[in-house]
Amino acid sequence: MKRRTLLKTGATAAFAAAVGAPLRAQDAPMKVGFVYVGPINDGGWTQHHHHSAKEMVDHFGDQVELVYQESVPEGPDAERVLTQMCLQGCKLIFTTSFGFMDPTVNVAAQFPDVMFEHATGYKTAPNVSVYSARFYEGRAVQGNLAGHMTRSNRVGYIASVPIPEVVRGINSAFIHAREVNPDVEFKIIWIFEWLNPAKEADAAQALIEQGCDVVLQHTDSTAPHAAAQEAGDVYTFGQASDMAEFAPKPRISSIIDNWAPYYIDRVQAVMDGTWESVNTWQGIGDGMVGIGEISSAVPDDVKAEAEALRDSIAAGEYHPFTGPLSKQDGTQFLAEGETADDETLVGMNFYVEGIEGEIPS
Amino acid sequence: MDLTAIDPLLLLASLMVASTPILLAALGELVVERAGVLNLGVEGMMITGAACGIIFSTLTGNAWLGFAGAALGGLLLSFLFAVLTQLLLSNQVATGLALTLFGLGLSALLGQGFAGTRPPAFPKLDIPLLSNLPVMGQIAFRHDGMVYLGLGLVAAVWYFLTRTRAGLVLRAVGENHDAAHALGYPVVLIRFGAIMFGGACAGLGGAYISLVRVPQWTEGMTAGAGWIALAIVVFAGWKPGRLLLGAYLFGGVTVLQLNLQAAGLAIPVEYLSMSPYVATIIVLVVLAAGRKPGSLGQTFHASR
Repeated sequence: MKRRTLLKTGATAAFAAAVGAPLRAQDAPMKVGFVYVGPINDGGWTQHHHHSAKEMVDHFGDQVELVYQESVPEGPDAERVLTQMCLQGCKLIFTTSFGFMDPTVNVAAQFPDVMFEHATGYKTAPNVSVYSARFYEGRAVQGNLAGHMTRSNRVGYIASVPIPEVVRGINSAFIHAREVNPDVEFKIIWIFEWLNPAKEADAAQALIEQGCDVVLQHTDSTAPHAAAQEAGDVYTFGQASDMAEFAPKPRISSIIDNWAPYYIDRVQAVMDGTWESVNTWQGIGDGMVGIGEISSAVPDDVKAEAEALRDSIAAGEYHPFTGPLSKQDGTQFLAEGETADDETLVGMNFYVEGIEGEIPS
Repeated sequence: MDLTAIDPLLLLASLMVASTPILLAALGELVVERAGVLNLGVEGMMITGAACGIIFSTLTGNAWLGFAGAALGGLLLSFLFAVLTQLLLSNQVATGLALTLFGLGLSALLGQGFAGTRPPAFPKLDIPLLSNLPVMGQIAFRHDGMVYLGLGLVAAVWYFLTRTRAGLVLRAVGENHDAAHALGYPVVLIRFGAIMFGGACAGLGGAYISLVRVPQWTEGMTAGAGWIALAIVVFAGWKPGRLLLGAYLFGGVTVLQLNLQAAGLAIPVEYLSMSPYVATIIVLVVLAAGRKPGSLGQTFHASR
């Protein structure tokens, strides 16, 4: 596995370096690089980043040139890809997966004139910004719907990699499912990958066989939807992209990532020379997190309630982590009326009370 | 923890489905290696089969034709390998690895217009009478045709290798190609046949993932299944019976660990995740591996 990816990226990078180096004239379009963790047609996470990147290019026309590398493994290979992009003349590089964090920071230290934007991470530098979306706001809406729609009171959750972002999503969904349905239980499967359709299908199958009739996923393929469709009365949610081809059933809603406005902003900032290292974390209100249409399989009153929740989060009237809340071990997490601050959320590594099981470390 | 949530019958039924892609691919590779050729391109042929399966089934609207197209795709790719290694005498290890790289790229290209399309449904065969048996019916007799085809192929390969003259000749070629050549057997021709059978099987295995298991096309969707198939061939000692055991064990523990996670078993998830690999290796090693074919991986040239 490692070897073939290594060969592939190595060959591409070498080619890119040979061809791309002489193109560094002043009036040439600004090169903007994107490093993706999956293929650009994965139907989810990477596809939406790429889609947003193309929207950004459409916005600027001839002024920018898009350089991208798909299916880059998280780890040392990423550093090579990033270095090559820098040598190729990219002025701004977006690295769009959590595992690219250290490679991004390492390469950024060697190329102080190149600006970096790392998605979903937390390490910044003078030329490294981080950006992420408050997916947990969308998870709250999903949890609300899941709590209403389950009849077996068992909700399955296909979790990917044990990082705070994923844990936050599980907690947020669970809190809001319990709120509308005190009997609801979550069954969580970690598959340790962002995209592995066969494993996702197997995980969905296992959850459904154990009586889950709503399956949430934090993985990027539509395989769980297909498994749910075959099983019949099981509901699912689109992840990262709308996955509307499975609507109205099993897919009853979705979280959509919309990065385009941010990408346009940041490219503009580099062009204007106003780019600064920032830590951006936007949610439903800013449009970075979209809630896909709640389908006709959902009763009207449930739909209205979920939409009201969405709107109150967007307006900033309600925070998905509002006390009283306890941690899994029973200790207090938030007092009555208290809301979680961003620092707590960024490093969240515990389940809230009521979720069974342990977070893999 | 709630182990009662796991229904053993459903678990065993999912095991058969989860194991089928690896079983098919490994079976093909077993025949290839018994003929003395090491083809490390299984992953590439599987993913090409997965892409071809989607393309043919979507265009024709028939899942069976999709599988036929997948077998053809895998076969053509392995034909390339056969020409390179058997006629042009290239190094088998390097060519096999290159075949995997090539297959991954080719499949991404072929599948470009098919991302997100759903293939036609592949019907399950409810075998009359047998599917109504109390326990076995639910476990073993309510699957789709490919599951049975996989099992049938294991039996057929076993019979071919151990009970037919042609199988004996194929093994002779694998054990000592110079001796087989001296006896007048067409070593290169036989190896061509074996390699292409292996390619077709890998294609079928890949298509089972894209047409039944997932079912949808995503780049790189086989996610290393080909390498597992390769490993199972070695650990099974190049014997079809053990290969079936190995593939079912791997598929079974994979499904079981997901079920145990969902049931909230108090074992750290990391151990559960590695369990399929560990269990398969331990069991197949304990069974004492067979001897590898004598000419495995060696280049054959008639003049030497």
